[in-house]
Formats: sequence, C-alpha cells, structure tokens
Amino acid sequence: MAKHQTPLLDQLETGPWPSFVSDIKQEAAHRAANPDGVDYQIPVDCPSDLLGVLELSFKDKETHWKHGGIVGVFGYGGGVIGRYCDQPEMFPGVAHFHTVRLAQPSGKYYTADYLRGIMDIWDLRGSGLTNMHGSTGDIVLLGTTTPQLEEIFFDVTHKMNTDLGGSGGNLRTPADCLGQSRCEFACYDTQDLCHTLTNDYQDELHRPAFPYKFKFKFDGCPNGCVASIARSDFSVIGTWKSDIRIDQDRVKAYVAGEFKPGGGSHAGRDWGKFDIVKEVVDRCPTGCMSYDGAKLSIDNANCTRCMHCINTMPAAVKIGEETGASILLGAKAPILDGAQMSSLLVPFVVVEKPYDEIKEVIENIWDWWMEEGKNRERVGETMKRLSFQKLLEVTNIKAMPQHVKEPRSNPYIFFKEEEVPGGFEHDEAAYRQRHMR
Amino acid sequence: MATVEYKGKTFEVDEDGFLQKFEDWTLEWVDYVKDSEGIKELTPEHNKVIEFLQDYYKKNGIAPMVRILSKVTGFKLKHIYELFPSGPGKGACKMAGLPKPTGCV
Ligand code: SF4
Ligand code: SF4
Repeated sequence: MAKHQTPLLDQLETGPWPSFVSDIKQEAAHRAANPDGVDYQIPVDCPSDLLGVLELSFKDKETHWKHGGIVGVFGYGGGVIGRYCDQPEMFPGVAHFHTVRLAQPSGKYYTADYLRGIMDIWDLRGSGLTNMHGSTGDIVLLGTTTPQLEEIFFDVTHKMNTDLGGSGGNLRTPADCLGQSRCEFACYDTQDLCHTLTNDYQDELHRPAFPYKFKFKFDGCPNGCVASIARSDFSVIGTWKSDIRIDQDRVKAYVAGEFKPGGGSHAGRDWGKFDIVKEVVDRCPTGCMSYDGAKLSIDNANCTRCMHCINTMPAAVKIGEETGASILLGAKAPILDGAQMSSLLVPFVVVEKPYDEIKEVIENIWDWWMEEGKNRERVGETMKRLSFQKLLEVTNIKAMPQHVKEPRSNPYIFFKEEEVPGGFEHDEAAYRQRHMR
Repeated sequence: MATVEYKGKTFEVDEDGFLQKFEDWTLEWVDYVKDSEGIKELTPEHNKVIEFLQDYYKKNGIAPMVRILSKVTGFKLKHIYELFPSGPGKGACKMAGLPKPTGCV
C-alpha cells in the first residue's frame, strides 16, 4: 500500500514511454521490502515521500523545494547541491534531499561491477534513486541527508576511485562523445582530451572561482553527439583539413543497393530505391557535390563538413586524413536573451598530447572572463557584451573569414587602423560635415 | 527555525547553519561555528577574511565574488580552502554571519 495517494502522478504512468513515476514506485517498494537487509542510513521512506511531495506540488502548482541550500564536503566548494523540502513534517523522508554529482567516466563506459558498487553505496547512504546522466553529463545521485555527505565522499573516492563533479561557479564536469573508442567519424581522441583536461583542471572543477559555470564538451566530429555547440561554453568539435576520401567503387555499390544508406538506420519503412542525387548530392547544404552517373565529386573548398554525405554513405565517403578540431566559445541555455550557440574561435587546431595549444586558449579565456565577467555572467554573454574582437585580442587570435557568421552575405570585419598595412586616415570632423548623425 | 545556544548567546540559524540575522553576529558565533567547519584554531588570517566579508557585505548588501575576496586579502583560492575547508561560500561566509549565498547549482 502506497504511503501517499498520487492520482495525478499515476496519470503520468499511462503514457507510451517509460515513466519516472513507475521507477520511483519500484524503488519505494524495494526499499520497503529490503530483500538484502540493507542498514539504510537515511529514511527508508525517502522515495515514497518524494512521490508525495511531487503530488502536492502538482496539486498546488507550486514547488515544495526551498530555494537553494549550501552543503558540501571539506576541501571542495562544489559537487553537492543542497535541497530541502518546505513541508518536512508531512514528508520527513525528503526533509533533506541533497543531490550529489559524480564525475562520469569519459565516453560513459561502465562495468556492471562498477555500477553495482555505486549502487551499494547509494542504497546504503542515499535514496537509491539516480539520474543517469544529468544534462552536464554527471552521474547524479538524487537525495541524501547532510550527515551522509562526507561518508559518501569517502566511499566513492576510496572504494570507487570516483570524484565529485562540479557545481556552482566553476568548471563543470567535462563531457565527451565516445570518440575513437568506437566511432569511425572521430577526428581526435575525445576521451583522452576530456580525461586529461579534467585532471589538469582539478582546482577549477572543485573550487568555484569563476563568475558563473563553465562547461567543456568534446565532440569527435560535427555530428555532435554531446551537442557541444549548443550546450558548452567551450566546445571542441572534431574536423579535418584535407579532402573527404571517396571510394568510387563503393559509391557504385551504394547506388546498386549493395550497401544500405545510413547504415540501414531508416529501415522501419520502405523508402524505395536509394537515389544518390536526391538523397545525398541535392541535400548537400553548400551544393558542393556532383554525381555524373558514375563518379561522385566534391568541391572540398566549399564543404562545411556537415557530415551528411558521410553519414549516408559511411562505407564510401570518409572524413579527410588530416584531422583535428575546431574550438567554439559561448553556448548557453536561455537566461538573459535566449539560447545561444557557440561561436567559432579557432577554426583548426591539431589535437595532440599534451594539448598545450588548447590549454593556452582556455587559460587566456579564463583570465579575461575572471577579470571582466560580471557575477553570473556566462562567457558567451561577456563575449557579446565586450565584443568578439575583444575576445580575439585576449586570445591572440587573428581575425579571419571563418569568424564571420555568413562571410558571403555579410562580409564586415572591423579592423583597427594599426591592423591594416599602411593604415588609413579618418577625419571625423570633416566626415561629419558631409554626413549628419 | 532552529536556535542555537552558546556561551550565553542565542542565535537563530537556517537548516544549513547560517545565521538568520547578520546583526546577531558576535565573536561567540565564530567560536561556535569553527569546529563544524573543520577549523582547529582561529588565526589573524581567518579574521582578515571575516572582516573583509563583513565590510563588503555592509557596503554592498551581498557577498563578494570569490575573485575579489582573493584579490583584496591577497590569499590564493587554495589558501582560502586551507583556512576554511568548506570553502569561502559555505565556510567563510557562514562564520562572518552573512546570509547564505544563493549559489547557482
Ligand atoms: S560526435 Fe561524431 S565522433 Fe563522436 S560519437 Fe558522434 S558521430 Fe562519432
Ligand atoms: S560533408 Fe556536407 S557539406 Fe561537405 S560535401 Fe558532404 S554533404 Fe556537402
């Protein structure tokens, strides 16, 4: 028998998708039965009360979590988010319901043993509920009490060799796609770069000193499986310099139907015979491909590496051989004036250990942002406020056509006099005589 | 709200152990909090941080950004964590009697 009646939540279970309500009910029942005889360190009712408080919130159309909460572990300024219920008497199991963020492994590879280890700790010291994974990428452990925090920190670091993630105005847990470990499109080793920078920037990750959060994300190619361009302040996206490699015999094999387009990923329905002109050539966003009935050609100078042709015919068309990455800056979710994608800062960088070139860009940006950034201003906002030119100046990067959003339709770049060979003369007073304000 | 009695003084605190009223702050408060914040002995360096936080708060009505705290006191962030193991927000602000920083999660 459920502790709280939850008619509104129950409705959520009737949809076609797996339901978090069912998951929490399952955990509530499991904790009540306690088949493994766990010596629960926080109230056994925690998941039941979570359902109860959520039901009440739905009814009241108001949240019953208090705003904010400052809890943590010694030595770290982030990684734990304090959460308190404003109806602790009604829902004692969630009077404290702190969230613990754990750094996920690069590429999110786990062994079953590891996951069991994490869950053993979390069943004992927390609610048993998790979110795999939070939108930053962390393993999110949902719901525990203040006295358990140091215990959890000790257990995950000592038993699981796992560290807390980031929260607050610091470097958030870096995240990457699985990259070269499984994916033929990967232009660099995302896992190694992600892991290395995570280790190199421990201070920035654990001891908040930034104006606001800062996220790294690493995509191995422009397919963007971790959506770095939309979801990270500092997006590293694999790319290549040389020509796309085309195997003409295999192109013919695709045309003849020997290979399934898109690796057979649209098999749910009969789309008819593969039409290379309609499905690939005409879909190229820059119109830089042609097919004469026998040979596929690409005008590589005009390819924007959208990945479409490569995704559709991976056996025949491959990324170029000279690979590296582009660095983009400043994505954020809507806070002040709407969602913002990252802007291209470094068109091409070779991604090689020990990644000094990338780290130099990062550290120049941090120095500038920490000096100029306002409280709670993402670097993308600082960039907009103080201009992209300023960003180029502080990162010692020269302006180039790739920085212009639409170089063909909007060719304006602001040059300072000393940047133009020979300079230029401008007499403001004389100019204003001819042109009124 | 919980109240704390210590050496004849009474303090109102929130669930994270922050003072509810800045005006309640006394030296006894610092003494009371130091144990739970992992501080063995108060040094002039602790006091320097606490005094700056209070000055800044009185002038601006908010806690300073960490970078400013570092700059004014001359203590590197690492050192601030050595002084206040639970950090400038949770540890130092609590000891200085500032209201709980509404940290971003
Ligand atoms: S982002 Fe590219 S390289 Fe990374 S997993 Fe996705 S397709 Fe592969
Ligand atoms: S990657 Fe995109 S832009 Fe480049 S040739 Fe293929 S379809 Fe065209």
